[in-house]
Amino acid sequence: MVKNPVKSLKAQKHALGETAYQIKVLNDTESIGFSMPKFREKLDEIDLFPLKPTALEILQINMGKMCNQVCNHCHVDAGPDRKEIMTRETMELCLEAIRNNNFNTVDLTGGAPEMNPNFRWFVEQIREISQDIKIIVRCNLTIIRANPKYHDLPHFYKTHNIEVVSSLPAYTESRTDAQRGNGVFKDSIKALQMLNEVGYGKEGTGLTLDLVYNPSGAFLPSGQAGLEMNFKRKLKADFDIEFNYLFAITNIPISRYLDYLIVSGNYGAYMEKLVNAYNPAAAKNVMCRNTLSIGWDGYIFDCDFNQMLDLKVACGSKHLSEFNASELVNRDIIVNQHCYGCTAGAGSSCGGEVA
Amino acid sequence: MDKYYDPKDLKKFGNIKEYSPELGKKFFDWYGEVFQEGALTKREKGLIALAVAHAIQCPYCIDAYTSDTLEQGCSEEELMEAVHVAGAIRGGASLVHGVQMMNKTKELLM
Ligand code: SF4
Ligand code: SF4
Repeated sequence: MVKNPVKSLKAQKHALGETAYQIKVLNDTESIGFSMPKFREKLDEIDLFPLKPTALEILQINMGKMCNQVCNHCHVDAGPDRKEIMTRETMELCLEAIRNNNFNTVDLTGGAPEMNPNFRWFVEQIREISQDIKIIVRCNLTIIRANPKYHDLPHFYKTHNIEVVSSLPAYTESRTDAQRGNGVFKDSIKALQMLNEVGYGKEGTGLTLDLVYNPSGAFLPSGQAGLEMNFKRKLKADFDIEFNYLFAITNIPISRYLDYLIVSGNYGAYMEKLVNAYNPAAAKNVMCRNTLSIGWDGYIFDCDFNQMLDLKVACGSKHLSEFNASELVNRDIIVNQHCYGCTAGAGSSCGGEVA
Repeated sequence: MDKYYDPKDLKKFGNIKEYSPELGKKFFDWYGEVFQEGALTKREKGLIALAVAHAIQCPYCIDAYTSDTLEQGCSEEELMEAVHVAGAIRGGASLVHGVQMMNKTKELLM
């Protein structure tokens, strides 16, 4: 068992707070304990290297690293001590990108995106541009309970027809709190009930509430459909909670999850599991092929994981201020050893399995 | 060879085909088929396997089906209840033979 951190790696001045060091560790055969094939070679075998985008469909915007939680597995290294959040000026640049392109989805993430003081303004502006564009908020649930000023979030989401995607790694308290911190399970359950109360997750309302499951430990998720069935059964029976879909997501070995793997002695075995579970069909559908990820400071990345490793897109259009759709859609996606997390078993993306 | 039960040997399970490729292949094909989703879910099969692993006390199977059931989303309570089922059947199987002992006792005693 590894205790939940109270501070981000960055605030602890931990070596893994440095992205270059993380990349070094991910490529260090000695600390992994076996000779791990390069991910790019795996893509090469199926003529997928260099990896190319298929379209620009989803704009995922990281509104900041600030969060009310300090989860053990957080790939963002988020927490209350992180002050990097998106400014209104950068949001204006996002709006311009949404206005001038054909994204079908805007996916708001963080940290806790709702903690950004301009969060609500930003959502309203997106809705002004388009009534039809899908807006997703990755809500950590406890934020709804964290302060009275957030209690009306379910109503706000509903008013703007936002899809809510929330993390719940288990339907038991001990397993959830072990990953996300003491008391998180109870608050998450209350928040889910509040979302249900306004209609989220209920049949016929059209208000989507999806759950994200990622393992609280050094193992891979298996069988999204089976997990969903059990979560539905247990949450309904124990707490009268309903939701739409469950996305099973593999923990990517970067940032705090990488630290957890190393400290708990599971690092080598976990990487081996990922490599052994490599699935070429999943590789074809990795989310970076139709997504762009925007950092709190307006830089552009292939995905949220590359963002956290500070691997900016490999083309001239590195920042929203120089957004060029044709350059971006023709870029080579940057891959590294952490990408094995997206291609294990049935694959993994922000929307769950991909194969 | 200086010890029994090396955890690394679990990964070499497939090597049993080396001395008997055909039977080995038949076994692994059948094994794979057994654990597919069927009238029982993979999750239920995993819990049964975990219980059996404890009944036959196979450390390889215990490692394998602890990982498997965690991956299927089972809770610690579910895993432990499966082990208790194995224990109860083992204990019960011993105890039910007490009836045999009693029968024999009654036969022999005055
Ligand atoms: S995993 Fe989500 S809720 Fe947990 S610290 Fe990271 S951003 Fe916050
Ligand atoms: S980690 Fe990012 S770049 Fe790598 S395969 Fe996954 S989505 Fe693509």
